[in-house]
Amino acid sequence: MEEYIEKAGLGDILEKVRNQERLSKEDGIRLYKSPDLLAVGYLGNLVRERLNGDNAYFIYNQHINYSNICTNLCKFCAFGKDKSSDKAYEMTVEDVGNKVRERLDEPIFEIHMVGGIHPDLPFQYYLDILREIKSIRPDIHIQAFTCVEIDHLAKLAAKPVDETLRILMEAGLDSIPGGGAEVFSPRIRKLTCEDKLSGEGWLEVAKTAHRLGLKTNATMLYGHVETIEERVLHLAALREAQDETGGFLAFIPLAFHPKNTEMSDLSRTSGMDDLKNIAVARCFLDNFPHIKAYWVMIGPKMAQVALSFGADDVDGTVKEEIITHMAGAETEQAMSINALVGIIKEAGRVPVQRGTLYDVIEKY
Amino acid sequence: MKTIIRKIEAGERINAEDGLQLLRDADLYQLGFLADMIRKRLHPTPLVTYVIDRNINYTDICISACKFCAFYKSPEDKNGSVLSFDELGEKISETKELGGTQILLQGGLHPDKPFEFYEDMLRFIKGHDIHIHGFSPPEVCHFATLSGLSVTEVLERLRRAGLDSIPGGGAEILSDRVRQECAPRKCSADEWIGVMEEAHNQGMRTTATMMFGHIETLEERFEHLQRVRDLQDRTGGFTAFIPWPFQPDNTVYAGMPKATAFAYLKMLAVSRIFLDNVANIQASWVTQGPKIAQVSLFFGANDFGSTMIEENVVAAAGVSFRLSEDEIRKIVAGAGFIPKQRSMDYTLVAD
Repeated sequence: MEEYIEKAGLGDILEKVRNQERLSKEDGIRLYKSPDLLAVGYLGNLVRERLNGDNAYFIYNQHINYSNICTNLCKFCAFGKDKSSDKAYEMTVEDVGNKVRERLDEPIFEIHMVGGIHPDLPFQYYLDILREIKSIRPDIHIQAFTCVEIDHLAKLAAKPVDETLRILMEAGLDSIPGGGAEVFSPRIRKLTCEDKLSGEGWLEVAKTAHRLGLKTNATMLYGHVETIEERVLHLAALREAQDETGGFLAFIPLAFHPKNTEMSDLSRTSGMDDLKNIAVARCFLDNFPHIKAYWVMIGPKMAQVALSFGADDVDGTVKEEIITHMAGAETEQAMSINALVGIIKEAGRVPVQRGTLYDVIEKY
Repeated sequence: MKTIIRKIEAGERINAEDGLQLLRDADLYQLGFLADMIRKRLHPTPLVTYVIDRNINYTDICISACKFCAFYKSPEDKNGSVLSFDELGEKISETKELGGTQILLQGGLHPDKPFEFYEDMLRFIKGHDIHIHGFSPPEVCHFATLSGLSVTEVLERLRRAGLDSIPGGGAEILSDRVRQECAPRKCSADEWIGVMEEAHNQGMRTTATMMFGHIETLEERFEHLQRVRDLQDRTGGFTAFIPWPFQPDNTVYAGMPKATAFAYLKMLAVSRIFLDNVANIQASWVTQGPKIAQVSLFFGANDFGSTMIEENVVAAAGVSFRLSEDEIRKIVAGAGFIPKQRSMDYTLVAD
C-alpha cells in the first residue's frame, strides 16, 4: 500500500512515521492540505496501531453541567447564557447530588462535570459540589472543570493556580477535561472568545495540573474561522507542553457545531475534515497516548470510521449531553455499551471499557 | 490475497470467490485504495455527479408485504392512499421549479388498478415534459400478471406512454433463498434480471441497487453482484449501481443491528472493484448521512445520487437525512471534486 502513499506525494512523511521521527509543522500543514484522504488516514492509522494495537477504548460515564451561566459568551458556543437569560440555570449542591443519586444503580466510573464561567458562585460552591459527589459515590473518578474554569476558580479563591488545584484535589477533583482550548491563536481568540483565558494561560494551567500529578485532556475546536496553519500551531503548542510534563492523556478534536451560536452562518464540518483532524493529530502528536473520536460530535458512524484514521477511543456512554446538542447536534444523547461494543468490533478492534486514566475495566 | 490485489491492479476481472475473500479479509485501506484506483481509472476527471429529482411514490398500498419494508400499507389498511393526478402535477411543477430534470416514480404493488391507469399516469406526467425514471422490475412484473400481458409487451406499452428509464429498486438481494424468506410475493431474481434485460434490449437504460445487511450471507451478496455483472456483459444497459444498507426501524426486522458505516464503506469498495463493467457507483447519503457519503467518494463512489426533493421509503424506516443541491455541491467540492449536475444517463447538464 506504500505505493499509494508515494503517489499521494506523502512518501517522505511515511518514511518519518515508520522511523518514528517527529513531524515538522510543514509536514502537518501538508497532511491537512493533502486531497488524498485515504493516504493521510493510512498514516494516522499506522501511528495508532503502533501505540494502541487493537484496543479501542470507551468509558461508562455521566455528564453533569452544573450551570450554563457564563460571562465569556464565546461566539462559537450555544450553551453559555447570560445570567439574565430565561434559559440560564444553575444547580444547587443538592441538585448535583441528586443527579448522582439518580444513577447510583448504574456502573458509572467517571463523572464529567463542566460549566460556564459563573459571575458570582463562590469558590466554596465548587468545593461543595465535589465533596457532595464523593460523599454519595466515594469511588467515582471526578473529571471536572476545564483549565478555563480552574483559572477562574483561582481568581475566586485569590490563590495561585497550583494552590487552588491542591484544594480542589482535596475536595475530590481527580482529573481535568480538555475543554476551553478552542484554538490557541490570539487572532482566533480575539475573533471568537475575547474574554476567555488565553492559549498560553490554558497551557499554563494544564502544565501546573500535570506537575501536581493531575492528568488532563486537550481539545481543539475546529471548523470555524481558523486556518490550517493555526491548527498546526495549536497542535505544536500541545506537543511542546506534553514534552515538558507528559500529563496529557488524550487529544480530542472537537467539530464546531454552528446552530444557535453567533456563527450560525457557517457550515457544519465535513466528514473529510473530521477524519483529517483525527489523522493529522495522530501523526503530529507523537507524545500523546490517545486520540479520541467524540461520537457525540461527529456521530457514531464517523467515530467508527475514525478508529481506522488514528483514533483509539470513542468516549463514552455519555447520557444527557447538553453542550453539543444545544448547538444542533443530531446524534443521540446516549449510546449503550452494547452499541459501542458493536461498532468497535465491526471496525475490527477490541472494545476495552476503561477508567478515566485508561485503566482496563473490561475487555469485550 | 496478494494474487487478487495484483489482478485488480493489472485491470483484470476478479471472480466472486476473490470478491468474497476481499470483503472478508482485506482491511479498509486495501479496499479503499483499490476502489479509489479503479474510480480514477474509469473517471480520470475528478467529477462527482448528481441528479435533481424527486421520489414520487404514487401509492403505498402494496400486496407484497416484504418484511424489510416500513413504507407499505396492506390493501385492508384504511390509511393507504393513491396520489391523484392533481397531486402528481403539483409535485412535478415544484420539482421543475427547483431545477429538477426527472421524476423517480415508484409505488407499491396495488391490488386492482388496471394497467391503463399506469399508462395514463405516464402520459399525464409526460405532459409536463420531464424525464420519467419509473416502475422498478417488481412493478413491471406485477403489471404483467394483472394485465395478462408479457413483460415485453408491458415494457413496450409503458415506453410508448412515456417511460424513459427504469430504476434499479426491488433488487434487494438477487438470490431466491433470500427473496423466499423476506419477500416471497415479490418477483424472483430471474424475473428481476429478465425485466432489466428486456428493458435494455428495448433501448432503455436502467440502474441496479442492492439492499444488504439483513438476512443474506456474504456469498449471496456476490450471487447478486455476479448477476448484475453478467447482465451488464450481455447488454451494457446499467448506468449505475447503488448499494445501500438495510434500515430496520419500523419493519418486521426492527431491532436487527444496522450495517455500520465501516461495513458500508467496505461493501461499497468491493462493489466498485467487482463491477468492472458498470461505469458509476452511487453514494447513499440518504442512509449514511452527508459525512459518510463524502467519505465514500474515496471508497469508489463517483456519484452522489439524487437531491431527492422528496423521499418516503427510507424515511419510513426512521432515517431522514435531507440535503439541498447547495449542500451536495459543498460536500463534493469540500472533498476536492467538481460537482456536476447530470441527467439519468449521466449526460452532464450545462451549469
